[in-house]
Amino acid sequence: MTSFNRGSLTLQPSLARNRWNQLLTATAALFTALAVLPLIVVIAYVLFKGGSLITLQLLTELPPPPGLDGGGIGNAILGTLIVTLVAALIAVPVGVGAGVYLAEFASVGWFARFVRFGTNVLAGVPSIICGVFVYGLLVSTRLFFNQSYSALAGGIALAVLMLPTVIKTTDEALKLVPQELRWGAMGVGASRFVTITRVTLPAAFSSIATGVVLAIARAAGETAPLIFTALFSPFWPEGLFNPIASMSVLIYNFAIMPYEAQIALAWASSFVLVVMILLANLLARWLGRFSNT
Amino acid sequence: MAVGARPELFSQRRRPPWELLIDRGFQKLAVVLASVVGLVLVGILFTVLGGAREAIGRFGLAFLTTSNWDPIGEHYGAFTAIYGTVVSSLLALAIAVPLGVGTAIFLTENIIPLAIRQVLGVMVELLAAIPSVVLGLWGIFVMEPFLRPGLESLHQWLGWLPFFSTTPLGPGMAPAVLILVVMILPIITAISRDSLQQVPLTLRQAAYGVGTTRWGAIVHVILPAAISGITGGVMLALGRAMGETMAVTMLIGNSNNFSFSLLAPANTISSMLANQFGEADGLQVSALMYAALVLMVLTLLVNLLAQVIVRRLSLKY
Repeated sequence: MTSFNRGSLTLQPSLARNRWNQLLTATAALFTALAVLPLIVVIAYVLFKGGSLITLQLLTELPPPPGLDGGGIGNAILGTLIVTLVAALIAVPVGVGAGVYLAEFASVGWFARFVRFGTNVLAGVPSIICGVFVYGLLVSTRLFFNQSYSALAGGIALAVLMLPTVIKTTDEALKLVPQELRWGAMGVGASRFVTITRVTLPAAFSSIATGVVLAIARAAGETAPLIFTALFSPFWPEGLFNPIASMSVLIYNFAIMPYEAQIALAWASSFVLVVMILLANLLARWLGRFSNT
Repeated sequence: MAVGARPELFSQRRRPPWELLIDRGFQKLAVVLASVVGLVLVGILFTVLGGAREAIGRFGLAFLTTSNWDPIGEHYGAFTAIYGTVVSSLLALAIAVPLGVGTAIFLTENIIPLAIRQVLGVMVELLAAIPSVVLGLWGIFVMEPFLRPGLESLHQWLGWLPFFSTTPLGPGMAPAVLILVVMILPIITAISRDSLQQVPLTLRQAAYGVGTTRWGAIVHVILPAAISGITGGVMLALGRAMGETMAVTMLIGNSNNFSFSLLAPANTISSMLANQFGEADGLQVSALMYAALVLMVLTLLVNLLAQVIVRRLSLKY
């Protein structure tokens, strides 16, 4: 047998491959730092710049006419809550129902395949297209009491965006519920309806709730679909059939105005929106912890 | 998993008719709610197609290749916006893919302690939660002024290249691409991270067992095993970048004049829609709907391709 130098088993940093290893690790670390940097900078800037403007007056008053100082974003905060609530009221029942269908009634078959495929396609539709769709369907046709732009149309556009997330989350969450639970319920004579509503859905509740909260948080920050549907209003909300203010559209409208006061309101609005969305994300994490235990 | 076809056979209890009625009604309701997805998709297609009909009849396929957008003379061509959409998304992808995959590797392979990895992972996920319009606001007032001196010197050094031939005057393709990078980075990182985590431990053990280095294992074993998921994530990010509206609208400059220069104002389909839809009427609305149809087809193709790639490339263990 020919003998050869097996070399030392201890790490030799001078070897080319080990140098490469260190170089690539350092590059990956640098990339990670670059990826995290925007979050830190954006959050810090929004919290610092927007947070320093927050006063009670700012949270409760109407925005001033362009060029004037003072005022607040009260109508936009209320408007965002209303539009998001409308969206959730539509998307959650429909999405959970469709998810229940996929997971409990038909996991196979052409219709289930079609619904799953359709959900994936819908998830990939750009949000602005959802806005254009609701504009063409409701706003331009004046379907609601001859009203064009309305809070309801805005809510429906956001609901279309939320729908795929809610369906997927419900489907996935229900699939994770142990089959024995269903058999147990059926075994003691529960009907299908009772099994699903009293056993399966409660077992999957925290997972579904996590997905719903994340979908709501995402919808609250959406702007593009609202430009065509809810438009904007400088006044307090006047019912569901009229244009309504929202924080995201306020940021967009005011950011491109040449007035300092309006730009300050855009920063303040960003602060409120980001804090709301981060809190929703924390809530989702907290709910998610329950589903893991 | 669905319960068997006739679960009532398992129960010996006689079911009152109302109970059966509720069961059947509940199932029907679920079917109706599930079909909403189909209805919405068909609705989107018909609304956009219906709205675009007039412009399709008037301009045909020339709409895709001409760049003259003239509301007064009623001549519309979306080439500038289509070019802007494709180029901005691809450039953003070119920057975000190495960053995102590198980050995903750093966060999955035992390089740093688990606790720090988890914190960094959460931070990348939170970046995805920041609304596009807030990033746009930050982009206008913080990022773009910060970048401008750099872009100006780029123009001075490389101005002889068509890509840097104009003086940067604020909004333009380059800042829009960078904000797109920030927007799609979390998608690429999150999906790559999931794919890397799913690579079986035994593969890593085998690689290390034959004496490779960490990056030897990553490059030759782990990345090839996870490539389907990563590619799927990248395609998904491409679809998202093409449809991204607010941050891009606020930073791209919204100009319909075609330019190869990355430092000049440009346009994308979605920013054109966001900008003009509110004030448009007549044929312009139809032309915008036609542009929306083009965007829909583009994103749909990218998303379908993503699904095909994932299926084709996925290795079975």
